[in-house]
Amino acid sequence: MSRIVVDPITRIEGHLRIEAQVDGGKVRDAWSSTTMWRGIEEIIAGRDPRDAWFFAQRICGVCTTVHALASVRAVEDALGMEPPLNARLIRELIAAAQYVHDHVVHFYHLHALDWVDVTSALKGDPAKTSAVAMSLSNYPRSSATVFAGVKERLAAFVQRGRLGPFANAYWGHPAYQLSPEVNLLAVSHYLDALDFQRDFARVQAILGGKNPHPQTYVVGGTALPVDPKGEYALNDNGMEDIRQLLTKGLNFVQQAYIPDLVAIAKAYPEWTTIGGGLTNYMAFGDFTETPFKQGHPAAGGVLPGGLVRNRNLAAVQDVDPSKIAEYIKHSWFRYDGGEDKALRPFEGETHAHYTGPKPPFEYLDVNGKYTWLKAPRYDELAVEVGPLARMIVGYARGNTQIKASVDGALKELGAPVTALYSTLGRTLSRGLETEILAKHSLVLLDRLQANIRSGDLKTHDNRLWDPKTWPAHAQGVGFHEAPRGALSHWIVIEDQKVKNYQAVVPSTWNGSPRDAKGQRGAYEAALIGTPVAKPAQPLEILRTVHSFDPCMACAAHVLDADGNPVVEVKVQ
Amino acid sequence: MSVDRLATAQATVDSPEADTLAARLFASGIDRRRFLKYCAIVTGVLALPPTFAPRVASALEKSKPPTMVWLEFQDCAGDSESLLRARNPSVADLILDTVSLDYHETIMAAAGHQAEAARDAAVARGGHIVVVEGSIPLGAGGGYCTIGGQSAEQILRNAAKGAAAIINVGTCSAYGGIPAASPNPTKAVAVGDIITDVPIVNLPGCPVNVDNLTATVVHFLTFGGMPALDDKGRPLFAYGQRIHDNCPRRGHFDAGQFVVNWGDEGHRNGYCLYRMGCKGPSTFHNCPTLRWNGATSWPIGAGHGCVGCSEPAFWDDLTPIYDRLPHVAAAGLDATAEKLGLFVVGATAVGFGAHGIGKIVQNKLSERGEHGGDDSGEHGGEPQPVGAAPDGAPTSPPADGNNSPGRTS
Repeated sequence: MSRIVVDPITRIEGHLRIEAQVDGGKVRDAWSSTTMWRGIEEIIAGRDPRDAWFFAQRICGVCTTVHALASVRAVEDALGMEPPLNARLIRELIAAAQYVHDHVVHFYHLHALDWVDVTSALKGDPAKTSAVAMSLSNYPRSSATVFAGVKERLAAFVQRGRLGPFANAYWGHPAYQLSPEVNLLAVSHYLDALDFQRDFARVQAILGGKNPHPQTYVVGGTALPVDPKGEYALNDNGMEDIRQLLTKGLNFVQQAYIPDLVAIAKAYPEWTTIGGGLTNYMAFGDFTETPFKQGHPAAGGVLPGGLVRNRNLAAVQDVDPSKIAEYIKHSWFRYDGGEDKALRPFEGETHAHYTGPKPPFEYLDVNGKYTWLKAPRYDELAVEVGPLARMIVGYARGNTQIKASVDGALKELGAPVTALYSTLGRTLSRGLETEILAKHSLVLLDRLQANIRSGDLKTHDNRLWDPKTWPAHAQGVGFHEAPRGALSHWIVIEDQKVKNYQAVVPSTWNGSPRDAKGQRGAYEAALIGTPVAKPAQPLEILRTVHSFDPCMACAAHVLDADGNPVVEVKVQ
Repeated sequence: MSVDRLATAQATVDSPEADTLAARLFASGIDRRRFLKYCAIVTGVLALPPTFAPRVASALEKSKPPTMVWLEFQDCAGDSESLLRARNPSVADLILDTVSLDYHETIMAAAGHQAEAARDAAVARGGHIVVVEGSIPLGAGGGYCTIGGQSAEQILRNAAKGAAAIINVGTCSAYGGIPAASPNPTKAVAVGDIITDVPIVNLPGCPVNVDNLTATVVHFLTFGGMPALDDKGRPLFAYGQRIHDNCPRRGHFDAGQFVVNWGDEGHRNGYCLYRMGCKGPSTFHNCPTLRWNGATSWPIGAGHGCVGCSEPAFWDDLTPIYDRLPHVAAAGLDATAEKLGLFVVGATAVGFGAHGIGKIVQNKLSERGEHGGDDSGEHGGEPQPVGAAPDGAPTSPPADGNNSPGRTS
């Protein structure tokens, strides 16, 4: 038995540490620890609820739209505001663009180097690479000249002896299995995707003034006015600009992302049997045509919601938000009522309670508290959220688009549906839903453009903007099916101020530690059985962890905003 | 190329003389015309007259790519995402050719011990630029932010040793930012509260506008030092002018035409957002002229007021977001936004306003013997040569700590 520590886990958002017990070339047990905490909900307490989205948005600069959206939905739910159709479409357009941007960046820049050996690309033959590329898709930059240029650039870079961000990696590791040509293709698309994501972010800049952190949300609607001919509003020109960007997005996903994903998946068939982890999957759902019922997750949207237990696709259930509760037995927090029971978000409390080792340290005490994440559970179940959960729930719901997409990909790979329950299944699901959302973004734009042209220029529900119109007490919850999974923000408003603010976040569901009953979180469960060929170079651990697209700044936060003092513990 | 060969290549860090930024850019397929265009754009961001573009190009052709160590502490990675939006040069050119980005957790291939080894090797060579994203928590004995078992403070202190300069990207590392907002649960502080013996440049904003970061790096490469700063440690080229003064809606303010409700006729016609809480009158940033994402737009351009995100402690001092400035800027003052803006500006505007920014840079050139004029004494801040000169010879950073502004609000 040996204990492997990987810290920092790089190519993620935030600060994640994995400790793993390795024996006989496999992970026998694992502990997921988030090592940074800011206390943003506590900072939101006592402030104007209309400001909450701007603070909550800073939970994460990668998921730069999702917390803002969940936050305005929570306040609107609490106060009964009804954002007009234009505002809902603009928000969903931003959200759909976020899916495409976020997933492309994850695949190429955060995850690909787990499968792609950059040094092997130097041996790739440009002409053969071009042939491979053209056999995969009609992506325009597929000529031998393009690949020769990339190879030359890479060689010059290596020749100079300073490898910058590519230094010290696991190049040459036996777990890398792609041909030099596919490696060269992937490196070329890594560079193309850098340019693509930069340009595609302009969608959010047009709609929100800037990206990251677009600044267009206001409770009750949007700060972006609309007027087909207006110079200072979202006008026809702006919408055509967006249409071109979204079309480029769909093309890139269909011509580069999906074909590359399939090519990589075909070379790593064993990874459809590794990294399955938990057997329960949850999605809130989103992107409905009509406004969804306040206080409940969206039903019947492009992304359906539901709960699948024990991988039983025949019995998908509706999600009941009242069954969400959080444990802190192994988290650096304490509850007034003791550590063994879970608290529901509206009644949640959190007092920071660091009992970890004094830095610098080598190991965490994994039998005690070992992370800044709580352990959210649904009906006492540890569940996985995110792209895989969405595809499984959608598949179980019989959603035609998701079913066709999943079945098509499985056929292409010659794999059964059980192949989804794996590291590669997670990565594949993310790609498949990117195409679904890239298509849907154009549908949303069509609806927005048609509605504006019909003369509806309303973008905000002004009735309740003035806090004097609010009741003395109100509470609400905002749901969003974010790229990394089921997200909910819970707010209690008293005397026009935030009394309590809580965010229950996808990466908290997935990256959670054990709960009071000892049930592992999704990362921890998925790592068990993951092979480790060379313990000093745990490439395989990165593959499984990255397949979740961890976002730890999102995941770690205090859930109590009740003005309770943060308790500091002196570490001996 | 075998792995062994790679290891050997990494070991021979000293690159040949030909390894200049321009050589790298040309080698990567950028032609000279594109290079000059990019120099012209950056010259513009630096608020230099267009005639300076050839000087920028000439300096860049001679400079060696600096080593950059990018540290993330209490951050949201928004500034890292902003880095990925770079276009002049493009992000690919930037991280492969313009700088040697030896440590950046969000981007780098290596993980765990191997990642830390890359960081430590870059720091050991010295003369590097440290970029910091996120605040540093001092509470819980450092337990609120650890990486590889070390506290944020320990990592920062180690990385700053021998550094040519520190660039704080975003408001969190510059001034504490949102983690330091009341009640500051983790005792978060700014970089300048910890490091006092390395020159610090603050590039606040939530997030940093990457064009200001690349311009700062180019300034470093061109003039061998960091740009002239205001009293909050911000480069004057980017933070020397008030948003309110460059706002395209200023005419509506002067005419008393205000947005009253979101989506009303005034809103659709670009009226002033002051009554909706805009903090442009008390905020210094080049948002209106530079804009974001390739000059696509900026917050006021998309209909939302400025929140003042480049000002220290704006999370407390300039909120509630939708309250008009008099409620937050100065208790008891019943003044117009114009007067309030001047009140908040204080000495900063007076200090540089009369001379303009071009003069400040000309001073730097005259120092290096590239400019005949003697402009000494025409501006407040002394030029501060730091780090590697354009010829690659490292110089010791000044130890006076004058340019290590902490929180100033």
